[in-house]
Amino acid sequence: MKKSIVCRCEDITEEDVLCAIREGYTDLEELRKKLRLGMGPCQGRCCMPLVKRLLQKETGKAAIPDDSLHKARPPVVPIPLSSLASEDKKQKEEEDS
Amino acid sequence: MKTKAEVVIIGGGVNGCGLAYNLSKQGVDTVLLESHYLSSGATGRCGAGIRQQWSTKENALLAIQSVKMFETLSKELDYDIELRQGGYMIAIHDEEGMREAEENVSLQKSLGLDVDIITTDEMVDIAPLLDPENIPAIGATFCPTDGHANPFKTTFAYGQAARKNGAEINTHTTVTDIKTKGKKIVAVKTDRGTIKTDTVVNCAGINSKEIAALCDISLPNYGLRKEIIATERLQPLFEAMIISFKDGIYFSQQDHGQIVGGIPVSETQTTCSSMPTTQFVKHMAQTLIRYAPRLKDINMLRHWTGFYDVTPDARPILGAVDELPGFIQCNGFSGHGFMLSPITTKMLTELIVSEKTNEVLESLNLRRFESGDFESETYVCG
Repeated sequence: MKKSIVCRCEDITEEDVLCAIREGYTDLEELRKKLRLGMGPCQGRCCMPLVKRLLQKETGKAAIPDDSLHKARPPVVPIPLSSLASEDKKQKEEEDS
Repeated sequence: MKTKAEVVIIGGGVNGCGLAYNLSKQGVDTVLLESHYLSSGATGRCGAGIRQQWSTKENALLAIQSVKMFETLSKELDYDIELRQGGYMIAIHDEEGMREAEENVSLQKSLGLDVDIITTDEMVDIAPLLDPENIPAIGATFCPTDGHANPFKTTFAYGQAARKNGAEINTHTTVTDIKTKGKKIVAVKTDRGTIKTDTVVNCAGINSKEIAALCDISLPNYGLRKEIIATERLQPLFEAMIISFKDGIYFSQQDHGQIVGGIPVSETQTTCSSMPTTQFVKHMAQTLIRYAPRLKDINMLRHWTGFYDVTPDARPILGAVDELPGFIQCNGFSGHGFMLSPITTKMLTELIVSEKTNEVLESLNLRRFESGDFESETYVCG
């Protein structure tokens, strides 16, 4: 059970999370930065709700509000640098006309 | 929370925590106050670089001494801070840049730094993905002992060691007022209670100006918004941090394989949003591909925003304030707080514990902005 993967992007187990909480990392953001939770392609969309529950259970903290979860930012999916670097076609057409 | 302390540190970034560690190691009764969590400000959002190549003597001296300390810090704090010394390569684009580089390299060499001007072939040897002709670059300066470390872990390591030494670290605690009497500090008020103290260190980064205003001290600092992108993880490709002061770009491959970097886009620097701007992402992607064309098919994974706490000469404000000697400044790092933290926190500890000062601390005192006697750091990027 403790070997269950909590964060699939960064291969972090339930045990890793519990150990960090017991070491004193009792803030969602500190846990994230200590373990790299949410630093993979899903940006925490899969792992952070689980980590939040583990943290509540382990510390007996009152419910941690959802808005304290790390905010996902663009890009929602990984995007190649060449696409990001390309000129905006619509903008270019407007400039040309 | 304690109600009395010899020193109260405001700010739980790498400098606040480093100072809590150094002071508590000297037996000073120290309390640190952080409004969010440790490393929640600029420390946790920085590019993680550690550089010794500077245009001003003070910054170079601080950085050279910091690197010596970074080299033994994991052992000292019993916590792996993931230091890697892959060097910093600063691109030189034209003859004028070459002359400037020669001048700065000779200053840095005179301070004992191992740094040299390298050819475009040597640039490619060090970082095979670079295309000097496409950058375009005619050479670079390279210092092999520059590098990077993990800012979160360094901060947590300092915090943990400080706690072991007996320092009290209070996160999610907001300073609401600093009480003074004449030229003395008497207490710090927070949303969780009041702490009596006569010495306060202002390590609040972007909030330092606000903190100083609580005791009527005016700081010239201002915030500049900066963005960073991180790519997907790649096999190890290069170890050096690549930077250019002309383009403002910096990028490196981190231990976990992702390429992390930033570049300034002036019109995006004064807003407060933490969301990525298309101007930045596009400019960064274009410039990165110009430097390393092979990266064009690599995916951008993530993005984040942080703020530089900038001073008029892009150098930190350190030491006691003349009008209020118990109020010590440790801010205004202008984007370089992480890399300078080992030595600045050690020097400030010596100043607080034994009133020992030195030439560098004196030249970085707040009073320089009043007298106008300062030299600006030009080696700034990102």
